[in-house]
Amino acid sequence: MSLEVEEKTGPADSLHPEPRQEPLVFERSGQGKRGYSLAPLDVPEVLALPPALLRDEVAGETEITEVEVARHFTRLSRLNFSIDQGLYPLGSCTMKHNPRINEEVARLPGFAAAHPLAPEEVSQGTLELAWRLEQALIELTGLARVTLQPSAGAQGELAGILMVRAALAREGNPRSTVLIPDSAHGTNPASAHFGGYKVRELKSNARGTLDTHVLEEAMTEDVAALMLTVPNTLGIFEDQILEIARIVHRKGGYLYCDGANFNSFVGIAKPGRMGIDVMHMNLHKTFSTPHGGGGPGSGPVAVCEKLAPYLPRPTVERRSDGTFFLEFERPQSIGRLRAFLGNYGMFVRALAYITSYGNRIGEVAENAVVNANYIRAGLAGTYHLKYDAPTLHEVVFSDKKQVERGVHNMDIGKRLMDFGFHPPTISFPLIVHGALMIEPTETEGKAGLDAFIRAMREIAREAEEDPQIVLNAPHTTPVRRVDEVGAARNLILRWKPKP
Amino acid sequence: MLAAIGVGSVDDLFAAIPASVRERPSLGPPLSEIEIRRLFGSLARKNANARETAFFLGGGLYHHYTSAIADQMLYRSEWLTAYTPYQPEVSQGTLQSIFEFQTHICLLTGLDVANASLYEGASALVEALLMAERLSRGRTRAVLSQGLHPEYRETVRTYLRNLALEVVEVPIGKDGATDPRGLAAAVDDATFAVALQSPNFFGVVEDWGAASGAARARGAVGVGVIAEAASLALLAPPGERGMDIACGEAQSLGVPMHDGGPILGFLACRTEHQRQIPGRLVGQTLDAEGRRAFCLTLSTREQHIRREKATSNICTNQGLMALAANVHMSLLGKHGLREVAVQSHAKAEYLKAGIAGVPGYRLPFSGPTFNEFVVEGPEPAAPLLSELARSGILAGIALSRYGGPPNQFLVAATEMNTREEMDRLISALAQRRGRR
Repeated sequence: MSLEVEEKTGPADSLHPEPRQEPLVFERSGQGKRGYSLAPLDVPEVLALPPALLRDEVAGETEITEVEVARHFTRLSRLNFSIDQGLYPLGSCTMKHNPRINEEVARLPGFAAAHPLAPEEVSQGTLELAWRLEQALIELTGLARVTLQPSAGAQGELAGILMVRAALAREGNPRSTVLIPDSAHGTNPASAHFGGYKVRELKSNARGTLDTHVLEEAMTEDVAALMLTVPNTLGIFEDQILEIARIVHRKGGYLYCDGANFNSFVGIAKPGRMGIDVMHMNLHKTFSTPHGGGGPGSGPVAVCEKLAPYLPRPTVERRSDGTFFLEFERPQSIGRLRAFLGNYGMFVRALAYITSYGNRIGEVAENAVVNANYIRAGLAGTYHLKYDAPTLHEVVFSDKKQVERGVHNMDIGKRLMDFGFHPPTISFPLIVHGALMIEPTETEGKAGLDAFIRAMREIAREAEEDPQIVLNAPHTTPVRRVDEVGAARNLILRWKPKP
Repeated sequence: MLAAIGVGSVDDLFAAIPASVRERPSLGPPLSEIEIRRLFGSLARKNANARETAFFLGGGLYHHYTSAIADQMLYRSEWLTAYTPYQPEVSQGTLQSIFEFQTHICLLTGLDVANASLYEGASALVEALLMAERLSRGRTRAVLSQGLHPEYRETVRTYLRNLALEVVEVPIGKDGATDPRGLAAAVDDATFAVALQSPNFFGVVEDWGAASGAARARGAVGVGVIAEAASLALLAPPGERGMDIACGEAQSLGVPMHDGGPILGFLACRTEHQRQIPGRLVGQTLDAEGRRAFCLTLSTREQHIRREKATSNICTNQGLMALAANVHMSLLGKHGLREVAVQSHAKAEYLKAGIAGVPGYRLPFSGPTFNEFVVEGPEPAAPLLSELARSGILAGIALSRYGGPPNQFLVAATEMNTREEMDRLISALAQRRGRR
């Protein structure tokens, strides 16, 4: 298969004389090759296990040299687009620069080779770091307590909903419904469902925000919480947030904030002051931990005093003598969401990031918002803007004008690849048909923004004058448009060794 | 830029945020890279770490060899600073690596299909149980062995409690393995899954067949849980012994312990169940010119399309850790993975015999173990382990932490332990015994 593929590809174009296809690592394998070495066994070799519990060799596993592994994964890496190559305006995902000092300190043996079940006396540094990060997040959110345990934003959402449920259940009735605006990310309804709730969707108004009278009508004493993304996925801050909180609280419900977009007001305003009771944050968004091709994330949750007894177990605590410990005796806790303490390596990176800004962390939000609005101003008129309310850190255009020429948001995204940019988010928000959700983040300079604006204008011109070039895009990527429908129809989910 | 936007000041852009909620934080002055190095260095030095101690902690997180190239590969920007490969034309590297990772997991577990990874072992078990529940269409009961990691069991309770699903636990017997008769008796027609861990939390190697047989007899799904994935190269894989789903923790396959995270959950199943698998999946396909290409697939199961009807609420996987594991597994391959397992087992047997030979110490369980075992000493384990830790020996995990007998602790060995370190632990226990 691999040889066939290479032959068919032929020599790559002269500007990129490297292979644009790479065989599977299993196809590089060859009998008798070896790329590793272990220390010789310094104890007697014994096999104290009954044969019935054993297996034969792992058929199909590799035999390969280190240089082949190095080349394989280096070549594969070059088939990816990444932040370090150019603007990656994937809306809602906050693809900001990942400072490398964070990578370095996270790999210190005292963190990377530490074990969470080591005795407390020899774990004071890891506990102190977690405590410091919690304190920083408490300061930034204006809420009472923080748990770092959730592995990612979606697990943070579930943790938040479970805490709400536990608090309401203790008062006698966990209630049945969670309200979620139609602009929300898909994890919100999924998390509410796994928290045991029915979901009622609230329709956004013509400005793209939540109408207080819509909320008023839906907010009954059977509603446990409103899950609100602040600012929402259109980048619009709910300017009625204080009234929204009042309506929710009047009926005894909780206001849950999806903090995926905290990047846009971190250091400027405190969610706790807005009446928000519980909020998850994504360390891989606001606090710069790397996205890593899809994870690891980390989704700490901040809660108000009333929800603090229900935090996941264990919590990190400080004694009066300044030592730190894990508290397991928390009888009202919702329990655990995972083994161990959370994605600790991400705590190290996030705290390094926060520490590097200190009091000036508000500049992150300011620059993110200026950058997004600069793109908005540069592309208004060229692309349709369904909701024209002021936006913070991202802007959602649509393909409405280009569709007249048969060019859709996906085509525009694919064509952007030819200009050296990653496409924007196109799969949501669902309330904007043909969405182009653009988030440049604070780490992009003016020159990069200008180049992106020029590319987007050029694509709009192409859509007008020569739509075929957009429809057939991308033209310069390692592979041409990929048949995703075919992949789902004829499922091939693994390589198989020859029998 | 402000002029182009048409505002007079940056503040104008934040006009929608009520003035009453605005407040700048008090977080101290910004620190330079040099100061961050200094501060984090001082925190890191307060922790015992596996590279500079005699280290025998396990409990679902192991100090195995991680190849230099695996971590160095993670530093490459193209891996580190990319995101979920929604756009396959510019993400073939990540997609192909996930496809290879899925293949490694299938080969090791003996199953047909594996997903792109999950957060870690405990939530992977939850996802496996929820998957089994969907497959059962209306059954309400999960049967769990008490040999499952206690933190995994606690996680299951957190998730299942609010979904009107019942959890029944089956105790372990004198040999430290799950009582097979108890297991069979606990399974009824309302049972959607039977979950067994091997090696179990106490280190004892279980017989997958006991659980898969009990599950099959009542039409339930057998879920094999692996918290020490290095064992998969030596022990019978769950897929070959009738288990329908394998899940757990793959940290041992090339990921540092990271104080418990990020680590690497995985889940594998049979082809007939693949449409209920949670999490990301990568499939092979063709591009417009007929070349082999990869993309995310079966995404109609997922939350961004199905919302509250999705198979799971998860969005991210553990991409970078799955990459590390792919690099590491590929490098070690067929022989290296086996050698790691064989060495770990041999070292643990040496240490087990050594500790059992110290007067006052005994092995409470008679069942065969892979690389971890429980010992019972003559004194409470927690203070003993703290004292040993201060002298540079991380000897084990006190079972009292999980409500177990006060004098018992869990000891693990891997290919990283030298005979000298193990002798040091054995003589430290013997000397202490002598002093008493």
